[in-house]
Amino acid sequence: MTSHAATPAAGHAHHDDRSFVARYVFSTDHKIIGIQFLFLSLFFLLVGGVLAMQMRWQLGFPNQPMPGGGILPETWATDGVLLPEYYIQLVTMHGTFMVFFAIMPLLVGVYANFLIPLKIGAHDMAFPRINMASFWVAFLAGGVMLSSMFVPEGPSRAGWTMYAPLSARPDLSGVQLGQQLWCVAIVLLGLSSILGSLNYITTVINNRAPGMTWFRLPLSVWSLFITAILGLLALPVLSGAGIMLLFDQTIGTHFFDTTAGGQALLWQHLFWFFGHPEVYILILPAMGMVSDIIANGSRKPIFGYHSMVFAIVGIGFLSWIVWGHHMFMSGMNPTLGSTFMVTTMIIAVPSAIKVFNWLGTMWEGDLHFHVPMLNAVGFVAMFVIGGLSGVFMAATPVDMPIHDTYFIVAHIHYVLFGGSLFALFGAITYWYPKMFGRMMNERWGKVHFWLTMVFFNLVFFPMHNLGMGGHMRRIYDPTVYTFLGPMQGLNRFISLAAFALFTVQAIFAFNFLWSLFRGKPAGANPWRDNGLEWSLPNPAPHGNWERVPTVYRGPYEFSHPQASEDFLPQHVKLPGDQEPASAKGAAR
Amino acid sequence: MNWWLPLKGSTFAGPIDGLFTAILIITGIAFVVVEAGVLWFSVKYRHREGRKARHTHGNLTAEIIWTAIPAVTVIILGVVSNVYWKRIKGRDSVPADAYPIAIHAKQFEWRVTYPGPDGQLGTDDDFTVRNQLHVPVNRNVVFELTSEDVIHSFWVPVFRLKQDAVPGMTIRAWVQPTVTGEYELGCAELCGMQHYRMRARVYVQSVAEFDAWLSEQIQEGAAS
Repeated sequence: MTSHAATPAAGHAHHDDRSFVARYVFSTDHKIIGIQFLFLSLFFLLVGGVLAMQMRWQLGFPNQPMPGGGILPETWATDGVLLPEYYIQLVTMHGTFMVFFAIMPLLVGVYANFLIPLKIGAHDMAFPRINMASFWVAFLAGGVMLSSMFVPEGPSRAGWTMYAPLSARPDLSGVQLGQQLWCVAIVLLGLSSILGSLNYITTVINNRAPGMTWFRLPLSVWSLFITAILGLLALPVLSGAGIMLLFDQTIGTHFFDTTAGGQALLWQHLFWFFGHPEVYILILPAMGMVSDIIANGSRKPIFGYHSMVFAIVGIGFLSWIVWGHHMFMSGMNPTLGSTFMVTTMIIAVPSAIKVFNWLGTMWEGDLHFHVPMLNAVGFVAMFVIGGLSGVFMAATPVDMPIHDTYFIVAHIHYVLFGGSLFALFGAITYWYPKMFGRMMNERWGKVHFWLTMVFFNLVFFPMHNLGMGGHMRRIYDPTVYTFLGPMQGLNRFISLAAFALFTVQAIFAFNFLWSLFRGKPAGANPWRDNGLEWSLPNPAPHGNWERVPTVYRGPYEFSHPQASEDFLPQHVKLPGDQEPASAKGAAR
Repeated sequence: MNWWLPLKGSTFAGPIDGLFTAILIITGIAFVVVEAGVLWFSVKYRHREGRKARHTHGNLTAEIIWTAIPAVTVIILGVVSNVYWKRIKGRDSVPADAYPIAIHAKQFEWRVTYPGPDGQLGTDDDFTVRNQLHVPVNRNVVFELTSEDVIHSFWVPVFRLKQDAVPGMTIRAWVQPTVTGEYELGCAELCGMQHYRMRARVYVQSVAEFDAWLSEQIQEGAAS
């Protein structure tokens, strides 16, 4: 095998005379920006987890002093017993941090930035400075959101979905400044995402290496591309709604104030018109990266590549016409309920196609269960549960009893934790050597996977039963209700499992940090993969390639009969391969 | 411990629980097929010395089959669900003979207004009670839901009935309770600090008991 086409920009790395600040702080290098997003969002993942633990304490052990709760200020807890208003703030900020500042930047901020140029064969993003701006605006947004925890009255008390008029009326929610900071932070985050999305879309369309045709793109890039389109179209709606909500509180508009002619349901329509595409923003990149990892771990081409692409595009399209399924019980015209039920049901089809194609990829493969593969297969096993539980709430009559109960909480966590987060544990481990030049520890990665898998299911599966029993979400003290009494044992069990689930994440955190300094140095292509990123040294230099590689085939040619090994990189030329037309004379 | 669905306390509970069970069976089959596939393939095709993966890019017949089966299944589910949806929540679903009760939600209580002797809401003989809902068994009842301040959600698990109460709107939701007893009504939409306390008692009474309670309330109202 020869690989004459790809030349890493090694010269750059040796003669890099940029200052420390220009290299690692205000960097325009897409890889550094991706890593910055990684540290930022892992921090918020930890914050979101800490908030969740406090909620679980109150639910499992209502009105008992929380261990260590004594350090909380008077406005949050009395003698360690959480106050109801603080509990609602925990609910609100757990959702806000996890959705907007952990999972979304982990998937998009980190991997769209890090992977797109490396995987399509580009030197960097199309607009590196806009890219840098996108990170620092997100950083600012995170700072503003975090600061809202520490202002008088604390952060918003309206739930992460911010339903008006509760969110719009400080006299009804009891929070003024914290709520306004929420709006400001969300508008900033929207700006960051819009800037990022613009960049990802432009880069994928314009900066692909010679020979990297649309149907030779890895599925990770396809899904990040469609995600960017969703982000570009959805985030302005959220930002607009956030500005309206802010104006209602500050300059006296009445968009959502029904006592002055406003509309309460308007917020829900705006929020979910953004919110449902957002749900797919939170899962599509995970699906794409899982596809890459499963093909690699199975040493087989992805099964049904084209139908996988069409499924991604189909999910992206359908995500715009399903938002009403969050509003079946809202008083929206019930005929619209019928329409939204049908579109929602149909979205099960592309999801099913993806699951069966992952199974098809594993079929008759040569499965190597490295840590990324374990987590990717774990993703498939858990995402199925989250997808199937969605069918219950899509069916409008069945949604009536389970809407706004723990059944929904179980569903969203099977998708976002069982789905997205397992995919991320896989992706972080998989591209860690490309980021830092070292491997994460294999044994501790496996221990972390299995413990997380067990405790995750112990926490979230029983929540289906709570929801079937009618247990409402977002209530501070379930023991107030007689009918919830028999479920208190289950609540306590879930809390104990949640504490264990949180604790075992320390293994991942330790493995991540320890490997930065002590991890085994990664070879050139540690996963024996076909992607263009592995034609570069680990970590890759600024500017990636001096001359970008030429692409001769799709990304999943594992176990190819003509190859001497069980993989065949995209840039390796076999004797029969034609030079792509775009490569002739192209010195990019 | 309560692991399953609550008591079936209205005419909605049968069909809704039936549909729930049907979906549970269908999704259960899909669940078993996928999880069994994951486990079976993981064991059967795990790496061993000398194993070579099959180099294939897919199979059109397989793609068509696993696209068509879910598509047909969910469309049938949608059509069947819609029949019940229209019967339960459709605009014209409220039976003409339904007994009207106005429910006004506010932070953090339920104000329940009964029509009084004339059977009409909005007249002088109406009377209001706080945080208790009395309804006659085996009779259609229609709730006219309104809200004072923020969005609340009327939720009686044994009825399987949930409907948001939205400020600025009057939303009608009906039910026919079928089992006498004492139950609970909770708020299912986060409505503020004391959301968890927004709870009422529900009394499903025989028609005789309900009438007795009604006239007692009317007399008390006249006396005071």
